[in-house]
Amino acid sequence: MRELSLNVLDIAQNSIAAGATLITIRVTEESAADRLSITVEDNGRGMSPEQLQKVRDPFYTTRTTRKVGMGIPLFRMAAEMTGGSLDIRSELGQGTTVMAVFTLSHIDRMPLGDIQGTVTALIRLNPQLDFRYIQTVDGASFELDTRKLREILGDVPLNQPDVMEWIGGYLRENLEPLRSQA
Amino acid sequence: MKTIAELQAIRDKAREKMAVREGDSDNIRVIVGMATCGIAAGARPVLNAFVDEVAKRHLNNVTVTQTGCIGMCQFEPIVEVLVPGKEKVTYGKVTPEKVAKIITDHLVNGSPVAEYTVGNLMK
Repeated sequence: MRELSLNVLDIAQNSIAAGATLITIRVTEESAADRLSITVEDNGRGMSPEQLQKVRDPFYTTRTTRKVGMGIPLFRMAAEMTGGSLDIRSELGQGTTVMAVFTLSHIDRMPLGDIQGTVTALIRLNPQLDFRYIQTVDGASFELDTRKLREILGDVPLNQPDVMEWIGGYLRENLEPLRSQA
Repeated sequence: MKTIAELQAIRDKAREKMAVREGDSDNIRVIVGMATCGIAAGARPVLNAFVDEVAKRHLNNVTVTQTGCIGMCQFEPIVEVLVPGKEKVTYGKVTPEKVAKIITDHLVNGSPVAEYTVGNLMK
């Protein structure tokens, strides 16, 4: 992975596989604390304490086509390389939250990259699910909530081409003024 | 600026179009591998290129969806194209640059791009 936004896309796939109906992605940048934190929170089926232990192991996966699951280990490595950490909280029937913390100015911190591309890809591929994307840069923040868009759209799906184009533009226009360093 | 009022106008226009296209029996499916291997290999820009191009050409009978890892990680980004009544075609090492040709030749004109297929990559 060359961008943290690709890790986010990958981690969100786990939430989708876990049957989540709402996935919340938060990217929070604090220059004073020299910290970047990224969380992916879902309301999927969650994991038992035993499963949660195994998720840290690259040789654990729920998948049947291969015997390795690199998503979480790669995201953890990206965080630890910068002196940060990764933490997972999960409860059966409640959902899972993956939290990664990075040292913002660390030379080995990968760029956040095209987070807008990640958010639009997720919405496009999963128009039946709801996503919240919240980006905060030194206290200034922007939030996109597909549940709010759905209220306006009614029976028109989120992945309708003109709607997706609007969402892409809306994200771009609102994220730019935040002047993210990530 | 993208405003909420604009979104409402899009909704009203989309509703008119939706009434026209009922019955999706001739639906073509484009399936992009979006597991860790696919994403790391560049599936995101490929997916977005497909969706943009399909929208630009108003191909209302094409649905772009995702799948997980199908066990051929070395050929990612992998894209499968399912045309009703035809055999599934699996493309490997797809880049955004290859998307336009796949759409023109295969999705629009019905002839798969042999040189981009996984079968050809394995030779």
